[in-house]
Formats: sequence, C-alpha cells, structure tokens
Amino acid sequence: MIELILFIIVAAVAIFGALTVVFARNPVYGAMGLMMTLFSLAVFYVVHLAHLVAAVQVIVYAGAVMTLFLFVIMMIGVDRDEDNTEKLPMQRQFVGALGLVIVLVAGIAAVGGRFDWVRPAASTVEANGTVQEVGKLLFTEWILPFEATSLLLIIAAAGAIALAYFGPRRRDREDA
Amino acid sequence: MDFWDVLFVAARVVLAFVIPLVAVIFLVWGERKINADMTNRIGPNRAGPWGILQTVADGLKLFFKEQVTPRKVEFLLYAAAPILALIPAFMTFLVIPWGEGFTWEIGGKVREFAFVGADLNIGVLFFLAMSSVAVYAIVLAGWSSGSKYPLLGGIRGTAQAISYEAAMGLAIVAVILFASTTSTDGGTLSFVELVERQRGTWDEVVSLPGGLSWFENVLGLIPRWNILPQFIAFVIFMIAAVAETNRAPFDLVEAEQELVGGFHTEYSGFRFAMFFLAEYTNMFNMSAIAVVLFFGGWDGPTFDQWLPGIIVTFLPLFWFLLKTAAVLFVYIWIRATWPRLRYDQLMNLGWKRLIPAALVWLIASTVVVSVRQFGWPWA
Amino acid sequence: MGILNDFAKGLKVTLRQIWGERVTAEYPKDMREKPQRFHGRHVLNRYPDGMEKCIGCELCAGACPAHCIYVRGSDNPVEAPVSPGERFGFVYEINMLRCIFCALCVEACPTEAITMTHLFEMSTTNREDAIYTKSELLIEVDGTPNHMFPDDPLADMDELRKADGWMRAVAPGGRAAYEGETPWSESAGVGVRPAEPAQEPTRPLIAVLPDFLNVRSQEDPGEPEASIAEKAPMQEEEE
Repeated sequence: MIELILFIIVAAVAIFGALTVVFARNPVYGAMGLMMTLFSLAVFYVVHLAHLVAAVQVIVYAGAVMTLFLFVIMMIGVDRDEDNTEKLPMQRQFVGALGLVIVLVAGIAAVGGRFDWVRPAASTVEANGTVQEVGKLLFTEWILPFEATSLLLIIAAAGAIALAYFGPRRRDREDA
Repeated sequence: MDFWDVLFVAARVVLAFVIPLVAVIFLVWGERKINADMTNRIGPNRAGPWGILQTVADGLKLFFKEQVTPRKVEFLLYAAAPILALIPAFMTFLVIPWGEGFTWEIGGKVREFAFVGADLNIGVLFFLAMSSVAVYAIVLAGWSSGSKYPLLGGIRGTAQAISYEAAMGLAIVAVILFASTTSTDGGTLSFVELVERQRGTWDEVVSLPGGLSWFENVLGLIPRWNILPQFIAFVIFMIAAVAETNRAPFDLVEAEQELVGGFHTEYSGFRFAMFFLAEYTNMFNMSAIAVVLFFGGWDGPTFDQWLPGIIVTFLPLFWFLLKTAAVLFVYIWIRATWPRLRYDQLMNLGWKRLIPAALVWLIASTVVVSVRQFGWPWA
Repeated sequence: MGILNDFAKGLKVTLRQIWGERVTAEYPKDMREKPQRFHGRHVLNRYPDGMEKCIGCELCAGACPAHCIYVRGSDNPVEAPVSPGERFGFVYEINMLRCIFCALCVEACPTEAITMTHLFEMSTTNREDAIYTKSELLIEVDGTPNHMFPDDPLADMDELRKADGWMRAVAPGGRAAYEGETPWSESAGVGVRPAEPAQEPTRPLIAVLPDFLNVRSQEDPGEPEASIAEKAPMQEEEE
C-alpha cells in the first residue's frame, strides 16, 4: 500500500519534471525539471531495493551531469532569447506522425489483448548484497565492456580538450 | 513491526535531526568564540553565560525578520534554493552512526535501539550523493537572485564542488579498500560497519615476525583507527571537506572581498537562516564523517566496570561528539589562520595536486591490501 | 617541506592568541580613557557669576564648515543682562547630525563660550532630538552641564565636565614660552582649568624652531581672545 502511494506520487513528480523539460521557456527550469525526473527514478530504484543503482543515479546524473548542464547554461548566458527558428524542415509533422504511429501500435496491442504490465521478478539477490554482486559482475563477467567504457570516456575527455585547445581558434587568439 | 518498533525508528530519525541542530547551535557559538580568541577579541558574551545562547538569539531574530526579495529574482528557484540547501545537509546525518546503541526489553521483546538514523548498506555512496546534490542550492541561489556576483559565486561553487568531490571520493575509496582487509566479510560501504572494524587495537590485525614481537605490545596500546595507516587519505579528505563545505580558505563562493558575500547578500530573514544552518550542518556532517572514517567513530574507553550502566550507554555518544568537536576546532582554526586561495590556485590544488595524490595513495593502498590478501606475487 | 613549515607557523600564531591579551573594551561596562583633546559634544559655558559667555556674535556659525550652528543674537536687557556684552545668544542651535566635530567653532569663539567635552554618546531615535538647543547646551549656574536624556544609562555626566580639549585648541600651547600658563578665563563650576601639561617628547623639536616662527613668544601672552577675534573675520572672507 505504502509502495503504491509512493509510486503514484513519485511517478507524478517524474512526469511533471519531464513535461517541465519540454515546456519550460527558461533552460534553467528545464534542467531543474530533468533533475527532478532523475531523482524520481532514483526513488524508484530504492523502491526496487536497488540501492546502489539509486545512489549512482543521484551521484552521476543528478550530482555531476546536471550540475555541469547548469554550469554550461549559466556560462553561455540564459538571459539571451532562444532561437526559435527550426533548422530541420517538417520536423513537427514528422514527430506528430511518429507519435500517432506509436499510439496506434500501442492501442492495437491493448485492444488485441497482447498488452501486459511488467511484473516484478522474484528477487534473486539479497537486498544487502547488491553492491557486492554488482562489483563481482563488473570485475569478472563484464570486465571488458567496463574497461572499454572507461577507455571511451577518457578518449572523449581527451578529445574535448584537444578540440578546445588545439583547434584553429587557439592560434587566432594568440595572434590577436 | 509493532508500535514500539515504529516508535524506535521515529525516535532515531528525530534524534538524527535534533543532534545536528543542537550541534550547530554550539558550533556557531564556538566558531565565533574561538575566532574571537584567535584574533584577540572577546566574542559573543551577552546572551546567556559566555554568550552561549547567541545562536538562539540570532536564529529568533532571523525568524522574525522581514524577508526582503530583490526585484530581479526568479522567485520559484530563489525560494527553493534555501530548502535545497537544507535537505541534503540533514539527510547526510541520517546515515552517520553517532553511538553504539543499546538493547531494551519493552513490549515483551528485547529490542535494539541503534544510534544511527538509518544504517544503509550504501552509506558512503549516499553521503557522496547528498554532497553532490548540495551544490544545487549554491548554483540556483546564485543564478536566481539575478545579480552578477552571486552568479559568479554559483559558477565557482559548481566547479569547486565537482573538482574536490573527485579527490574526496578517491580518498574515501582508499579507506574503504583498507577496511576490507581488517575483516573476513570483505568490503563494506556502511558507516556503522566501518566503525565496527576500527574497534580494538592494532595488535589484532598486524602480525610481526618473531624478532619484532615485542613491538606488538606497543601496538596493543594503540586503537585500531584508520588515521594511522590512512593518514594521507585523511589529509586529502580534510582538504576536500573544507572545500566542499565552502569554508575558508576555500570560500570562493561567498568571498567577501571579491563577491561581497555572494548569494548571502541576496537573502534575508528565514531564508538566510536556512542557508546558514545548512552550511554549518554540512560542516558538522563532514567532521562527523571524518571521525567515522578515520578516528573510529564512537570508539573510545568504555569504563564499564566503574561507571553506572546509563553512563556507559551514552559514553560512546560523548566520545563521538568529542572527536567531532576536535575536528571542528581544526576547521575553525584553519579559518582563523589561512587566507583565501585565488581561483586558479584552488583549481590547481584540486586537479594537479589532490587528485594525483589521491590516485597515488589509492594505488599504494591497493598494493598493501593485495599483499595482505593474496601474499607477495613471488611467494 | 618549507611550505608545510609555513602552514604550521601560521597555525601556531593563531593558537597562541587564545591565551593572549584581549583588545576589546567591554563598552559600556568599561570605558576607554579618551585622549585629552577628544572632540565630543559641545557645551555653552557661563562665567562664575552666572553670566552666559556667549555674546551672540555668530562667529561660530560663520566658522562652521558644516553649517550646523544656528545663532540669533539679541540685545541684552538692560535691567537683567544675560551676558556681559552688548548682546547675548538668544537662540543657539547645533544640528548634531551635520556636525563634524572639527572644533572650528571653539577656535572662532572670542569669549570661550562654546567648548567641546568628552561626551560622544548622542544617539537619538528621531531627527528632531539631534538638534541641540540652548536648553541642552548651556550649563547651569552651578556649573553642571545639561543632557537631553539625563536618565539614559549612557549619559555620563563626568564626560560632559571634562572639557580640556577646547583649551588646548585655542591655547598658544605647544610653544615652550607658554608652558604652564593659562590663557583662558574662569568658568562656572570649575573655575580656572589647569594649564596644559608639558609635552615632553616634542619639546626638543620646538626648541629648535627658528625665531621667526616663534614671534609670539616675544609678545605679551596676555590676550589671546583679541588675536583670535581678529583672525576670525579674515577666515570668513577667505570663504
């Protein structure tokens, strides 16, 4: 019962945050909406006893990524008016059509009786063991993807620095 | 799960809220008093004996003061920022154990009353999550006030928090790694468990070759706190903690001389009080975590043969608060002594000194832990 | 490890101050001893016979750089004169919010009527109270000064009686030739205030002053009032 109430409240918050991201005129409010959604997702993870995932969600997404988003938004200046001209032609019509198709498919599935809510699987891992379990999996079975991901991140960081520092703009600045 | 269980949980949560609150009252007073002492002044001495009620008086004053709202604010975020500052501050203390707890037979059952808000198995991660969320308050307060200096402070605060969080996290990882060797249960992220593993003395962990066995008697006198093997991690943690709480010499967010107090200038009345409370609660939390990670938490002499039971029950709480107070004194001492860093110096210290030092220390700890666990590779 | 040593040195300095002496004076419990020539609130003096020293000449108002003094003189009633002169200060007001406590009024006064005291606690709760009128400024016949709020715990009447500063300002003091002399007249209540004490440290400097700077030492030091009164209109012209 408590879980249901919690779910309804948090789900409402998550949807509200998502809608804020789409409709907010001010990008800072959009970022805050995204943070709200990410937080609600963390609560869902806690409800499903995935404490580690929840903590990582808050640290990485709500803590680091969103802070950087805000940082960038503030650095480039939020007071400037947004450019509302659409660069992609027909994108509204395209998105509308796509949305209609999705609703139709979902409707057909629901009407045809092929629709089912996701049932929680019987918990195989003890709640207190998630950290250890994830750690073991990461460092045994998934060691290659894990290391590859970290390599990818380092390459991305190095690439960003390379673009920012050693591009042609750098030389211009030194000349000026 | 009957009435008494619910009551116990509620009491724990309320206590986890009240302890930092009361601690902050004394902390603010202590900071002003010690700062005054160190600058040859007297400090607050009007409200109560030695001015001890000064914080209460200030709080009451701020509570009844007019809340001035500057004209250019984004009101929604402006009003939300102080709350966002306060929530993570009090949430953090929930996972910090402040005592050993006791058992009590009531309602037909022997129940345990742990002295911790909630013993999460991911306590350390929870703390890191909360400290990264705490940045939002500064950023939003800086931005929403629609003023230049607070915005600068907010941007500085973001960069500072992200930079020093990395160093702090790495220092904590080294401690957790080390703690995993002192028990057969493997690693842990729970603060309660980390404290449990620091009880006892060093001779229980270290076994020396025959010729040096006399030295074990010396080790038998030294408590098994992490401060000894993890001293470097402690130094890195403390520097990062001071930076995380935006205290001098890292208070670039609210640098009085450059930013005229940053966002503090834009807030008044109760909203300002909330920021103030959050700042000092964070300071208390950081000190408490330093005590839990490095100084054995509530561990200390128990005197259970000489003292009555009720005192023995609450003695760990006393040790915990005493150690926290000692760490807080260092905080205040540093503030009274060292001048503020320039922004580029701050970034250099964070990225070029602390993080490499933390990484090197982490690798060194890993080597030690591996050798203890698996033996020398050539053996 | 030089830098660590420096850090430790700094920490040691602040730690040692905990046992150091305190510089705070616990005002109002402890009052600091004020310098002799402190510029505090003004008083209007009387002669020992009860006559007001003020003659309503408005030189103080003219000298005031802040224009905070308002004086209106009036002819002395013949049967009951208020001052020994032809006229007396009928209205005398000082706006303490404007006053900069420069004591130019004291120097301008030909009769030593206005002097400064050591009282500096003059906070009021409205602007009108900050305008001191004759009733507050003028001392009583027995020499006791008046205070706007005599019941105020901060109203220190002793400070109002300490009025040496003005005399140093008007006296030709500082010159070796005038040492130990009192060029000022008697006041109600206090009589003739004692002469300025010798200024030991500065005496050698004064002694070597060339003679043309020390002209007045050859004259008769008798009537400083006259010379000041001559100077005052000149100041006004310069303005």
